[in-house]
Amino acid sequence: MSMFKIFNVAGSAVSAQAQRLNVVASNLANADTVAGPDGSPYKARHVVFTTQPMGDAGTAGVTVSNVTEDNSPGRRIHDPKHPQADAEGYVTYSNVNPVEEMVNMISASRSYQNNVEVMNTAKSLLMKTLQMGQGS
Amino acid sequence: MLNQITDSLNFQSDALRLRSERQRLLASNIANGDTPGYVAKDFDFSAVLRQATGKVSAAQNPLNLGGPGRPTLAMAGTSGGHLQRTGQLAGDRPETELSYSVQAMSNLDNNTVDMDRERANFTDNTVRYEATLRFINSQVKTLNAAITGQ
Repeated sequence: MSMFKIFNVAGSAVSAQAQRLNVVASNLANADTVAGPDGSPYKARHVVFTTQPMGDAGTAGVTVSNVTEDNSPGRRIHDPKHPQADAEGYVTYSNVNPVEEMVNMISASRSYQNNVEVMNTAKSLLMKTLQMGQGS
Repeated sequence: MLNQITDSLNFQSDALRLRSERQRLLASNIANGDTPGYVAKDFDFSAVLRQATGKVSAAQNPLNLGGPGRPTLAMAGTSGGHLQRTGQLAGDRPETELSYSVQAMSNLDNNTVDMDRERANFTDNTVRYEATLRFINSQVKTLNAAITGQ
């Protein structure tokens, strides 16, 4: 029964979107981080989605193939009184762009909802298929 | 008489199978709505249903090179294990031909999924799947009524 594959497909998409939401959450949480445990400021992370073929032709799920770090320079703010300030009095913050992350979050949550809806529809169709020929 | 009953049920079961395959394809498209480089796929339901139920004329069928009235080039499969010209077993049903959906707006990441259209198609396919189910159910009900004779 090919419809059961829908749960694999939508499930893979849901878990990929959940990982994307996780990454967005950690980016947003670290938007104002000055320095991580290794002494360098936090770098924004982004997930990379890849299509994952699932057996039959045309059936394809999603997987997170990689989590990349954003290597753009961090925000520099002049604050000589800050304990982490450098010789010129600048503090380097993380390179997270909160606006970008919020947009990413909304997109991820919409995609998540979409795929949950797909699973619900597939479930109700399968339940009705199970009751085939039983009067009703 | 009996083959009329089964023929009509066979048609509905073919339709149901194709609807579920299309549902799976649309779910894949929706799942890959954010994957860079993914190309949305779909198939022409009525054409594939005609092909599956054998109600396709020789001129329309791309696999039939013989033309109307002439013998086809398809090899005879006398056993379910014989390979067809397409590389499939003779006992298998023909694989549905997938095509790529044409995108309405181009995307910077080469993803051709149009989420609005896919959602609309998904809902449409859901309703039609349920309609096919109801056809089957009411046919079974009719047959039951005929058998019990009350």
